[in-house]
Amino acid sequence: MQADLRAMATRIRPGMRIALPVDYAGVSMAMTRPLIEHGAGDLDLLCVPTGGLQVDQLIGAGLVRGVETSAVSLGEAGGAPRFNQAVKDGAIRLRDATCPAIHAGLMAAQKGSPFMPMRGLIGTDVLRHRDDWRVIDNPFAPGGDPVVLIPAIHPDVAIFHAPMADRFGNVWIGRRRELAAMAYASTEALVTVERIVEHNLLADEMTAAGTLPALYVTAIAAAPRGAWPYGLWGEYGTETDELIRYARAARTEAGFAEYMAQEVPA
Amino acid sequence: MTGVLPRETLIFTIARLLEGVRLVAVGAASPIPAAGSMLRRALDEGQRQVRLSVLGSVEHNFFTNGSAELFDSAGQGRLDAFFLGGGQIDGQANVNLVGAGDYPQSSVRWPGSFGSAYLYFTVPRVILFREEHSRRVLVEKVDFISAPGTSPKGVYRPGGPVALLTSKGLFTFDKTRPGFTLDSVHPGHTPAEIAEATGFAYDAPAATPNTPQPGPATLSLLRGRVLTELAETYPAFAADWRRDLAALAA
Repeated sequence: MQADLRAMATRIRPGMRIALPVDYAGVSMAMTRPLIEHGAGDLDLLCVPTGGLQVDQLIGAGLVRGVETSAVSLGEAGGAPRFNQAVKDGAIRLRDATCPAIHAGLMAAQKGSPFMPMRGLIGTDVLRHRDDWRVIDNPFAPGGDPVVLIPAIHPDVAIFHAPMADRFGNVWIGRRRELAAMAYASTEALVTVERIVEHNLLADEMTAAGTLPALYVTAIAAAPRGAWPYGLWGEYGTETDELIRYARAARTEAGFAEYMAQEVPA
Repeated sequence: MTGVLPRETLIFTIARLLEGVRLVAVGAASPIPAAGSMLRRALDEGQRQVRLSVLGSVEHNFFTNGSAELFDSAGQGRLDAFFLGGGQIDGQANVNLVGAGDYPQSSVRWPGSFGSAYLYFTVPRVILFREEHSRRVLVEKVDFISAPGTSPKGVYRPGGPVALLTSKGLFTFDKTRPGFTLDSVHPGHTPAEIAEATGFAYDAPAATPNTPQPGPATLSLLRGRVLTELAETYPAFAADWRRDLAALAA
C-alpha cells in the first residue's frame, strides 16, 4: 500500500462526514483499503448523489455510522450486499434522499447560503422521514405554493479520483462538475489521480476550464487505475465482472472479509 | 421475416409513447428505454430534432455540468420525457424504489429513490416501465412513496406519469381519476392473464386491442442503427438481442 495514500487516510478522524462521488464520476477506490486500515469509524457518508462499491465496503468494514444517499447499488452487479444487510439490521442511520436534494444541499454550502429551495418532494415518504428538511410557502407567490428547503451540506472531507493533477495542486475534472461541487462544500478534499503532470493546468485555457484550482484541494496522490474496478471517463471502463465477483462474495460477512483480505491488482 | 421479438415490441411501444419529444433522458440500467429513445430519434431524423441523454453513455450524452445538469434541465422545463421503474407501483401510480415492508428497516431493500422524487414532478411525460408484471410489483398500495402519482391542487406539478409499460401490456394513466386504463395487450398475452397478474384495480375496455407491432422499415432501423447505437452503453443487452435474432432467423 502506498505511503502517500496511507498518509492521506490519516486525515480522517472518527465521526467525520465524508462526501463520495457516484460510480461513474471518479470513485477513489484506491483510498478504500487505506481508509479501512486507518480505521477511523463512526463516519457519516454522503453519497453524491448515489453510492456503490466503496460505500458498501466501508459499511462492511464497520466504519460507517450513517449514510445519506439517493440510492446505493452495484449497478449491473445488483444490490449492495453489506449496505442491504446493515439496513435490515438497523446498523446504520439511514437518510434517504433524492439526487437533486443532495446537489441542492451542496450548492447551498458552495454559495455560503443556509439552504436551497427545491421543487418536487411534496407528498413523498422521502420528505416525511427527513426531519432536517422544511416545507415553507413560497414567499414570492400570492398564496400557498409549498416548497421544500434543503439545508446546506458541509462535509468534512471529499474523497475522489480524477485523471490528472499538476504539481501545483490543481486537479483536472473535465465535465464532472459534481467533483467541484463536493470540493467547494467540503472543508478538505483528498484526491487521487491517474498521473501528476509537470506543467500548470491553469496555464492552458483548454485545460483551465475543466480544472479544480488548488484552493479547494488538500492533498493529492498518484494512484494509477485508482477507480478500479470502476471506470474513469476517458481513461478506462468499468470491470463489471469484478463487481459481480464482489457482489457474490460479500453476501455474507465471512465472504466479505475474505474478499477484502485479497490483494488488489495494481 | 415475420417474427417480432418481445423486446422489440417494448422498444417500439416506447418509441410511440415518445412521439413529439424534444429532449428525453434515460437513467441507469435501462436498455429498453434507451433503445426506444434511440428509435424515436432515428424515426424523426430529418423532420424534427430529438435530443437524447443516456446515463452512462459518452456518445449519447451531451451534458457538461456534472450529474446535476439532468435535474436542472428538468427544472427548467427542457426535459420532456423520462422513465421510472419501481420495486412496487400501485394503482394511483405511486412508485416505491426504496424497499418492501417497514421503513427504514425494510425486509427487502432496493437501491433508493434516485431522482424520482423530483423528476416525477417536473417531467411532463414520465413513462413507468417495469418488465415484471406480477402482483408482487403491481400492488394496491406501495409500502413507501418514493414519488406520488398525483399531487393535491396547489402543489407545483407540471410533470407526472402518462403510461405504464410491462412485459404483458400497456396502460395509460388518467390523473383526474386517478387510475390506469389497460390500453393494449402484447402478442402472446391476454387481458385475463393481465387481470390475474395485476394487484390493483384498473379500467379496461370490453375488447382490448393488441399492442401495435413495428413494420418492416421500422424493424430494419431497430435491428440496424438502433442496435448498433445501443451496444456502446449496453453491450451485454445488445449481444443478447443479436442472439435472439439469430435464433429467430434459424
